[in-house]
Amino acid sequence: MENHSIIKIENLVKSFPVGKGEFIALDNLSLGFQKGEFAGLVGPSGSGKTTLLNIIGSLDTPSQGKVMVLDKSVSELTNRQSAQLRNKHIGFIFQTFNLLPVYNVFENVEFALLLQKMSATERRKAVMDALEWVGLTEKVKSRPSMLSGGECQRVAIARSMVKRPEIVLADEPTANLDSRNSHNILQTMKNLNRELKTTFIFATHDEKVMQYLDRIISLEDGKVLKDEIVTDPKN
Amino acid sequence: MLALKLAFKNLLGAGLRTWLNVSVLSFAFVLIIFFNGMIDGWNRQGRKDTIAWETGKGQFWHPEYDRFDPYTIQASNGLMSDEILKETESKRLVPILVVQATAFPQGRSLAVILKGIDPMQTVLELPVSALLSDNGIDYAVIGKRMAESAKLKVGDKLLIRWRDKNGTFDAREIQIAEVFKCDVPGADNGQIYLSLRTLQEMMELKNHATYLVAGEEFEDRELENWVFRDLDFLLEDFNKIISAKKAGGSIMQIFMLLIALIAIFDTQVLSIFRRQKEIGTYIALGMTRAQVVGIFTVEGGAHSILATLLGAVYGIPLFLFLNKVGISFGVGQGMDITLAETIYPYYSIRLIISTILLVVVSATIVSYLPSRKISKMKPTDALKGKLQ
Repeated sequence: MENHSIIKIENLVKSFPVGKGEFIALDNLSLGFQKGEFAGLVGPSGSGKTTLLNIIGSLDTPSQGKVMVLDKSVSELTNRQSAQLRNKHIGFIFQTFNLLPVYNVFENVEFALLLQKMSATERRKAVMDALEWVGLTEKVKSRPSMLSGGECQRVAIARSMVKRPEIVLADEPTANLDSRNSHNILQTMKNLNRELKTTFIFATHDEKVMQYLDRIISLEDGKVLKDEIVTDPKN
Repeated sequence: MLALKLAFKNLLGAGLRTWLNVSVLSFAFVLIIFFNGMIDGWNRQGRKDTIAWETGKGQFWHPEYDRFDPYTIQASNGLMSDEILKETESKRLVPILVVQATAFPQGRSLAVILKGIDPMQTVLELPVSALLSDNGIDYAVIGKRMAESAKLKVGDKLLIRWRDKNGTFDAREIQIAEVFKCDVPGADNGQIYLSLRTLQEMMELKNHATYLVAGEEFEDRELENWVFRDLDFLLEDFNKIISAKKAGGSIMQIFMLLIALIAIFDTQVLSIFRRQKEIGTYIALGMTRAQVVGIFTVEGGAHSILATLLGAVYGIPLFLFLNKVGISFGVGQGMDITLAETIYPYYSIRLIISTILLVVVSATIVSYLPSRKISKMKPTDALKGKLQ
């Protein structure tokens, strides 16, 4: 693993207004992630996992503190700049897959590339490569409604990987999958992590996911409870 | 392109809801073109008929003449100069002498206007050649409206009474030589056409006329002691009627369009509410909020493009058919406005393009209004689909 820090979080506080008061989702949290890590944020509901992923993905901004993603301060980015950061450097995988229902598999994966200046030939090759990684080349013309949950999540992985981002943020990616499909997609992600040196950060409380992680960061009440390197993760 | 592609994918994916909106919008679209085509057709026919039967390409009036003021008629005639007489001989000008009179059809009295006109004229379509007489009978030509109101027919004899230039009452019997049918009430209602020479002789006004109708071949110029009235002036009332009809019809069109636009607005509001996760996904994939607003606006606006296409599918054959067979009203004779029994709608390129623009622009605006909400959405809430 290269010793190159791509995410730096210093004294991060994120609070949300609740009634007349406020709810502290992340409380003075400091962390760093290296290129190529396969790390997970674990903890119970409300511990701040998803909030932290959202801030790293520049979908949200810190209330206090500093979050640097690929040497860019998330809180200082304009709307356009944060959109560009997400479009070129960050991939998202969601619990509910979030595929576009009117698009087929190919078009769903291609969508992320349509926002980049890329020729149709290059796009086609990139999409087919991504679908090959996840083993869905036979289903390019299928609509999401025709796919199983596991296949949908594999399309989502292909969509997140097609632009070869530095970082993939996966929010409970196995929560809607059975055990076999969970292992399949985790294995796929692990392979991609190894081959493409993409940094994967999960938000999860699924034991199956934890078996594959190189690093487990336990959160509770918005604070880091434990940050441990796993010496022998499942491959 | 991306927005358009997405918009059509989403629209077609929405199925019945899309087609209901598109159907209503296309109906409004076709109705607007149909109604305006009718008015434009009426306008074109009305102008053409009025020019052919009544006004020519313009008229020279005696300075005292006012067609709406009967008190001016007795004094509003003048002697035609040699220059004018030359023009009338070569059929470029048609002199008309106007006289107030009373007719007595079957013992009743009826206020009428006597119009003296050259039976050999070719500028107006009035069939006044029937006024030529070689047997001492004073023939008259009247329109169908006049014939119906006075209960007269060809061959009927009619007593008329008038006052000559000295104010002396005189009377004569005339015979109806022809009843013509035209769609211009101004050339028909309450009017009796006599030979110009006969009327001049009756009035002791040799070579006098009230106004002169200019034909196409008349070279535009001023005539001394006569005031030129152009078509804008002569067709002023008709133009006002057309404008009023257009304004009245536009209320119905706006109402139809509003129904369609409200349906699109409603669909957009519902769509944005239902598709929050999709909106969040677009943003997560790297779209700016403005781009997402653009997608939804184009999507709503694309209703209008589909509506135009659908409207073309049933509108073009319908319009071509109506343009060929016309629309029969059959009531023109009873109305006091220039209206043919059958109107042939006229669909100009300008009308079609302006209607398409109206529908597209208005649909895009009503699509944009609810889409603005997206720019205020937090992507994290949108992804969870928890916005209310």
